[in-house]
Amino acid sequence: MTAGTALAKPHRFDENVLRNLGLVGVLVILVLVGIITRPELYSDPAWVKNNIFVILQQASAIGVVTVGMTFVIIGGGIDLSVGAIIALAGVWSTTLATQSYGAVGMIFTALVVGIAVGLVNGVLIAYGKLVPFIATLAMLVAARGLAAQISGKQTQVSANDTINSIASTKVLGIPTLVWILAAVVVAGWVLLNRTTFGRRTVAVGGNPEAARLAGINVKRHTLLLYMLSGLCCGIAAIMLTSQATSAQAAMANLYELDAIAAAIIGGTLLSGGRGTIVGALFGVLVFSTITNLFAINNLASEVQNMVKGGIIVAAVLLQQFRYRSLTNLLRRRNDRDNP
Amino acid sequence: MSTVLELTDVVKTFPGVRALDGVHLEVRAGEVHCLLGQNGAGKSTLIKVLAGVHRADSGTLLWQGEPFAPASPQAAMRAGIATIYQELDLVDDLSVAENVFLGHEPSRAGFTRRRTAAAATRTIMASLGHPEIPPGRLIKDLPAAGKQIVSMARALSHDARLIVMDEPSAVLAHDEVGNLFRIIRELTGNGIAVVYISHRLAEIREIGDRVTVLKDGRTTAAGLPADTPTRELVGKMTGRPFEYDFPPRAGADPDTAPLLVVDGLSRAGEFAGVSLTVRPGEIVGIAGLVGSGRSELLETIYGGRRADTGTVTLDGRRITSVGTAVARGMGMAPEERKSQALLLDEPVFKNMTLASFTGFATVGFTGARDERAAARRTAEELDLRPRDVERPVRTLSGGNQQKVVVGRWLLGHTRLLLLDEPTRGVDVGARAELYRVIHDLAAGGVGVLLVSSEVPEVLGLSDRVLVMREGRVIREAPAGELDEDAVLDLVMAGSLMEGEAA
Repeated sequence: MTAGTALAKPHRFDENVLRNLGLVGVLVILVLVGIITRPELYSDPAWVKNNIFVILQQASAIGVVTVGMTFVIIGGGIDLSVGAIIALAGVWSTTLATQSYGAVGMIFTALVVGIAVGLVNGVLIAYGKLVPFIATLAMLVAARGLAAQISGKQTQVSANDTINSIASTKVLGIPTLVWILAAVVVAGWVLLNRTTFGRRTVAVGGNPEAARLAGINVKRHTLLLYMLSGLCCGIAAIMLTSQATSAQAAMANLYELDAIAAAIIGGTLLSGGRGTIVGALFGVLVFSTITNLFAINNLASEVQNMVKGGIIVAAVLLQQFRYRSLTNLLRRRNDRDNP
Repeated sequence: MSTVLELTDVVKTFPGVRALDGVHLEVRAGEVHCLLGQNGAGKSTLIKVLAGVHRADSGTLLWQGEPFAPASPQAAMRAGIATIYQELDLVDDLSVAENVFLGHEPSRAGFTRRRTAAAATRTIMASLGHPEIPPGRLIKDLPAAGKQIVSMARALSHDARLIVMDEPSAVLAHDEVGNLFRIIRELTGNGIAVVYISHRLAEIREIGDRVTVLKDGRTTAAGLPADTPTRELVGKMTGRPFEYDFPPRAGADPDTAPLLVVDGLSRAGEFAGVSLTVRPGEIVGIAGLVGSGRSELLETIYGGRRADTGTVTLDGRRITSVGTAVARGMGMAPEERKSQALLLDEPVFKNMTLASFTGFATVGFTGARDERAAARRTAEELDLRPRDVERPVRTLSGGNQQKVVVGRWLLGHTRLLLLDEPTRGVDVGARAELYRVIHDLAAGGVGVLLVSSEVPEVLGLSDRVLVMREGRVIREAPAGELDEDAVLDLVMAGSLMEGEAA
């Protein structure tokens, strides 16, 4: 045993880097397909730059939701209500009454509604001992119902210029929405990998009984995870409201599926205890790049959904295969290092 | 007696590991052939080769004189080799009969013939001496011993000629082991061969005919008589002679104030009116059968279960939850390491700091560098092998996994350590090291409260012993005043299993 092996990077690290490289490879392929199918567009550098921003902006709100979702899944849960929370937060923050408090009032309302719904989810799951799937499924239905009730099934236009300008402005040449996504991803990465909150998340999802007997308050942490997811939904609600300059009860439809799929493609274990923020981000980017690819080729969105489904299956199959061969490789190396 | 199974020079490699490296094994009809070896000696791999889970790379397997290479567990079963795994592979929500005939249900035109299966199950159960287990009962409603009987019935339903049993006694209480042995004797009386794996030498003496010893994937002794002296067997297993060694200890100063005071603790259906104390530096042992309420008691003291009545105080302060217990310096190594204590995919150091990582953190940010350094020191102290703290805990042997769990509490400011079956599934060498660690802890002023089914272990390690039966403490005495037979008599009188088995 030498100091060198003791200081070696954790094995998980290598595995994650490889997976993310794989996702980068998929992105490169998708871009190549774009170049081949629409070479005339890609010959214009200004269009290419703009298109990258289009893809990133498209990924921004779902990316924020996916960060929250990744935490919940690593922590051993699932949040099916994210789309509904966004709709409720979006509708609540664009009522005439809320709009009268200005941009700050609208943002505050969206965040508080998101956290509050997360709190209800968390209490039901952690203290009411409901299965996460059931509790958040119920919330999915109920929150959209409440959103429809509040909005009277009408589209609520945002008359607030500050809110509306979030999606249309750039900071340092980069769209504000992309900055928000970047900030949430960085914060999420730090939270997961460098804080006690992240360590607890992995422990609670990996082995709740072990976490409990090590003195970790599993229930409180579970509650916090759903509140975190709710907070992310509140942020996403503002972003989507700004993009559409309106909110309605049907907004963010099926976001839960996209967010879960992106997290899984990014290497998050559905049974909990393992996952990465960077991988989840790549998962989101793969999806929005596919959407973009179909848009620039003027293809129907039905085909796009089929391709998405195929990509999810392919990514997971590939991961299983790679995971197995990789663990064998690591084991070999381990045995060489520690004879 | 004729040879039914003969393995010569069997080799099985996994990428980077020679799990089996020249195994010889010869099993005769009607004998109990014991397989002995430390954790990692290759016993599990060997079983899986026999059961058709793995295929040997080279070497010869002869089954009833014919070359044999089962391609699947079903093929091995059809050939007449049944395996009863340590973790019983029964389906909890199916009935006894459905489990017995799982995978080969009697059927006609795709419809299962439930009555035929039930009748056949009843016959098999009767032949095993357990006619009282109804075929329709769900597995989850059976006690551990009953589940094992069902596993055995499944083996018999295949008309097995060889039954491999992987540590069958590990899940059983003492009196159930007697029943297991009776069944094994009946099986061998009918010419069925049994390969019996156990860490417990006393059992091997009692039930075994011959012993084969494995070390590092090789057979170091084949077909020794079961009454071979312990010293010689342990020598073959470890490469060095060994015997249980409990060095004399000074013991705690009887005048110091108690660290832990448990007063009149009760939980309905589990234990009642338990009072005990542990002084700093004192090792208190609880002897009792599985089901005597000892594990539940330990978890309640730790704050993991709410007591109906009674109090737990550490240094005069009430313990009401695991959170307060850990904060005030209590630690626990639970009975089921894998399911209750470890994050198997996480590295050693994160497992070691699971209860103390907040202490290494600054305003919520983890101090992984300090954690690694501390874990490395602890690994050194515990002689963890391999010493690599980045390695996922899953890859360690049982004994080393247990060291990681104990190491977790060495890292904190632990003043009272609760140990539930600290050496279950731990090989002889690692056992001695764990004993040393426990002694060192006590010498350093830590109070230890330990639970074990192995009476010699409780007597050898502890200063004071409490004997539990059916949820009550029935005897308390200094360890020196008790001997193994006396404790066993106390523990056994009146069994919790009464009414379950004949």
